Amino acid sequence: MRLNPRWINKLVTWALTFQAVLAVGILVAIILVIFIKGAPHVSLGFIFSYPEDMGRHGGIFPSIVATVLLGLLSLVFATPLGVGTAIFLTEYTKESTFTRIIRFGVESLAGIPSIIYGLFGFIFFVIKLGMGWSLLSGTLTITIMVLPTIIRTSEEAIKAVPNNLRMVSFSLGATKWETVTRVVIPSAMPGILTGIMLSIGRAVSETAAVIFTMGSSLRLPTSLADSGRTMAVHFYILAREGISLEKAYGTALILVMTILIINFVAYYLMNRMVAKYS
Amino acid sequence: MDSKITIKGLNLFFGKTQVLKGVNLDVYRNRISGFMGPSASGKSTLISVINKLVFFEEAVRTEGSVYIDGQNILGNGLSDVALRKKVGTLFATPIPLPRSIFENIAFGPKLNGTWKKSDLYAIVEESLTKAFLWDEVKDRLDDSALKLSGGQQQRLCLARTLALKPEIILLDEPCSGLDPISTLKIEEALAELKSEHTIILVSNNTKQIARACDFVAFLYLGELIEAGTTDKVFTYPDAKMTEDYIQGKFG
Repeated sequence: MRLNPRWINKLVTWALTFQAVLAVGILVAIILVIFIKGAPHVSLGFIFSYPEDMGRHGGIFPSIVATVLLGLLSLVFATPLGVGTAIFLTEYTKESTFTRIIRFGVESLAGIPSIIYGLFGFIFFVIKLGMGWSLLSGTLTITIMVLPTIIRTSEEAIKAVPNNLRMVSFSLGATKWETVTRVVIPSAMPGILTGIMLSIGRAVSETAAVIFTMGSSLRLPTSLADSGRTMAVHFYILAREGISLEKAYGTALILVMTILIINFVAYYLMNRMVAKYS
Repeated sequence: MDSKITIKGLNLFFGKTQVLKGVNLDVYRNRISGFMGPSASGKSTLISVINKLVFFEEAVRTEGSVYIDGQNILGNGLSDVALRKKVGTLFATPIPLPRSIFENIAFGPKLNGTWKKSDLYAIVEESLTKAFLWDEVKDRLDDSALKLSGGQQQRLCLARTLALKPEIILLDEPCSGLDPISTLKIEEALAELKSEHTIILVSNNTKQIARACDFVAFLYLGELIEAGTTDKVFTYPDAKMTEDYIQGKFG
């Protein structure tokens, strides 16, 4: 028996719609739960005051600072390194065994669990290089962790730039570097920014790799050598050790809000960039 | 007659395939020269040797020489970047850069170190005027170049090339995707431009070659079959093959 193609089409449309609604619905549900459970415990005081009694009372100001610093600093290191590698792989080399090895390495790095990065960071940065549990150790570890994401997304974005744009640039007397900086990168910018956004999200919400390398001090980090406790780590400790579930949900809400704000800002910048170059 | 470009014994290979076979040709200063021939005749490859963009392809090898003002560009004397500032190129399809009309034209001058807005504006106005586009876009220079029609985009690309004041302009089937009116506007612009530039027009539209060019070269499968003034080649071609091509018996 053969089903009526129109019925199949209807069925598929409904099934796909259902799947899309389900996927977004789960996300909305998570945010709603965090909002409902967290909102009663969030106030200006919670955001701007220091924790007391291991976080049982008071606010999470040092954790917010630690989180933002860790996120921004790892990007400051990872973006030039990652985008540079992507430019090298796409514009300055031909496909060869060498590039295939690099690419394979990058892909393998992307699949390593974050706690392994944490362990490496602990052994190498914290112990071997004597950086201790510090913002710097944490930053460098997170940098290595998010590099594969930035490299892969930047590479795809650069590859997607039509080759005839490069030819036009060369035909107008541009050097390779001028072509890369003035034509290729601007055109690839939306894709590159997507990778950077994903990386911020990972850096800000990471726990395992951060506990091992940045520690969990509740003090406000004021230098690269200071330890600190990011919001994700704070949440983990509050919940895991049963210190205060209320404060944990409050922290989770601020963390989610932070990530949303970063994404909105990035989208805003991206749209401005796209408007300028199209 | 004064030669701007002299091609001597030019062979070109893509890997093992020979695409140009012993081409000898003079291209005259301040004239429009047409390269015509069926597809795979090597006419586009020939101009991509003159701007050296062909060397971005894989496994390209050349023999022979191409002189511009007596200097062999296939030798080591002139850098590719310096060459391409002398030799402007217009491609078959209009390729505006994804930015504003103004910035498209300012792209080349900025590479040469012109950054002052007023200087750039003067160049933009002059180039667009020469490309017969100024009146249509002067009120929306900050709009995206991608919003222009195909014919306008191709004239924008011509203006972008002119902004560098190239001595030579190469046009690789520039009207293949354009309507007759846009084509006419490009041809009008070229007629004006030849007083200051040496122009090569590649086309497989023989009528366009006859209309627009002073000299014409006919290529077939990588060989130069015949070259001469347009009048001569179109009225008394030496080779039977040229005659057949012009009459549309093959192509």
